Amino acid sequence: MFLQPGVMPLHDKVTCIFCKKKGVNDLNKKQILMRLLQIIVVLFGISFITFGLTYMSPGDPVRNMYSANGIMPTEEMVEQTREEMGLNDPFFVQYGRWLGNCLQGDFGKSYSLNKPVTELLAERLWPTLKLTLMAILLMLVLSIPLGMASALKKNTWIDYLVRGITFIGCAMPNFWVGLLLMMAFCVYFQIFPVISSAGDFKSLFLPALTLAIAMTSKYTRQVRTAVLDELSQDYVIGAQARGVKWSRIVWCNVFPNSLLPLITMFGLSIGSLLGGTAVVEVIFSYPGLGNLAVSAITSSDYNLIQGYVLWLALIYMVINLIVDASYVYIDPRMRLKE
Amino acid sequence: MKKKNFFAQYKQFTFFLILAVVIVLIAVFAPVVSGGVDPLKGSLDEALLAPSKAHIFGTDKMGRDIFARVIYGARASLTATFGVVALIFFIGTTLGVIAGYFGGIVDSVIMRIADMMLSFPGLVLALAVAGIMGASMKNAIVAVVVVNWTKYARLGRSLVLKIRHCDYVEAAIVTGSKTPYMILRYMLPNALPTLIITAATDIGGMMLELAAMSFLGFGAKPPAPEWGYMLNEGRACIQSAPWMMIFPGLAIFIVVVVFNMLGDSLRDILDPKDE
Repeated sequence: MFLQPGVMPLHDKVTCIFCKKKGVNDLNKKQILMRLLQIIVVLFGISFITFGLTYMSPGDPVRNMYSANGIMPTEEMVEQTREEMGLNDPFFVQYGRWLGNCLQGDFGKSYSLNKPVTELLAERLWPTLKLTLMAILLMLVLSIPLGMASALKKNTWIDYLVRGITFIGCAMPNFWVGLLLMMAFCVYFQIFPVISSAGDFKSLFLPALTLAIAMTSKYTRQVRTAVLDELSQDYVIGAQARGVKWSRIVWCNVFPNSLLPLITMFGLSIGSLLGGTAVVEVIFSYPGLGNLAVSAITSSDYNLIQGYVLWLALIYMVINLIVDASYVYIDPRMRLKE
Repeated sequence: MKKKNFFAQYKQFTFFLILAVVIVLIAVFAPVVSGGVDPLKGSLDEALLAPSKAHIFGTDKMGRDIFARVIYGARASLTATFGVVALIFFIGTTLGVIAGYFGGIVDSVIMRIADMMLSFPGLVLALAVAGIMGASMKNAIVAVVVVNWTKYARLGRSLVLKIRHCDYVEAAIVTGSKTPYMILRYMLPNALPTLIITAATDIGGMMLELAAMSFLGFGAKPPAPEWGYMLNEGRACIQSAPWMMIFPGLAIFIVVVVFNMLGDSLRDILDPKDE
């Protein structure tokens, strides 16, 4: 508004673009459709990989199933069960059958827990999502102010302090952080429970903090870089020269403009968060998907592993799709394309 | 003369290079550094002793000396990490350069596979791979490699594409340079510096991923000393013997810091425009 058109920062354009609403929605739909198609292709590929790996794996699912139930099977029992479960069919027949079932939401039965995989996954999904959301919330609350402060006070003690801490945070293995936090808050101060299976805020906090620490360290650095990039733009000097208040430049121009790269990284970081939950859930005995997957892997429960991998892939891609779709609302340039 | 100045000019790099070399030497000369203590042998009367003069890092529940185990653990962690980095570097670069140079179907196939790997949480796939193939250090390495080669492939491809249609490249082809020669003499030298920087900055991250795998029990097999697995053992004794988890964690942390700093300072030297 207060700047010349040539140096107008992005967010000021938002209002003018909204007029072209119809074209916007068309493009949006087409892009999202393409992405959905891509998700299906990727899921198909991943299902093939996981199934192929299981097929080639050295363990015998039939024997595993029996030993998980404490039975020593005879050779005939094994052979008969193999025939019943269709494990003697050719690879592609088995894959086709398995895929068909998956599409109907049936991932088979977990050998080790003797329950349908879908049911097991569904019951663990919410705790893991809760943990992830909490970690994201902590990460945003910590990293945006820290990153902004560090960028705005570049090369002062605040900047050095933030950079130092984030550097340390990046290099600490998250399972070690988890164990240290556990030692401090559960063993010495006894503020939080050692086993976080209750599902209330208290049992959620430490696992979420553990996840958030590593993420925050990375993210703070990215916030700093993004804000610094934006601060070096010409329009900042222009606005300053025109006597616009510094706080206004920072909060109305620099901050909104630096959000864009951050959102991209945010989408990508969800992947490492979802993977990271496995480690953290094991440490805190948190009843989530990751914990389930690790126990499934230890007991070679292949159906459960396959289900877990496919579900997480789906969640991850859907979240990223939402993130990408949100660009259209945040970045007016996306609406202008084509 | 130029060589003499190099280390003096880049003090930060030199400093961390020395530290990295010291870490590698500690791993190589583990028996000497640990004072001849066997990391696999312990007596149960010495189980769970707090750090003292005899055992400066204390002992674990089998009565094994943790200092010796941490020192020997450097061998497993470092060889696995360097192995992973070398493999992802080699596989990723090869595929990326080939994809970029030839284009067409080759490019599409390689890049779609890479896309598939990227559109997926890495550790989840690594867990699945390691879990399905069974727990061993070798499988953990394979799992981490499977997930991480794509970064190099994409980078290598984009670097090759940048020069692929430059006049001097076309000229070289027209004058009859053979394909292997083109790739080795024109494409690779162009892509290598950036890829090497990436590999150097990746060492720390790969070490953390491998340690996470071992921590979950999908890496090193129990009696062998390995930091990730030692932390796993330490978790069970967190109340009675916190030193069991403090020192292996500290070891991972220090090594990762040193290699991260080494990678960063190498990047500053080779690629000054990047902050």
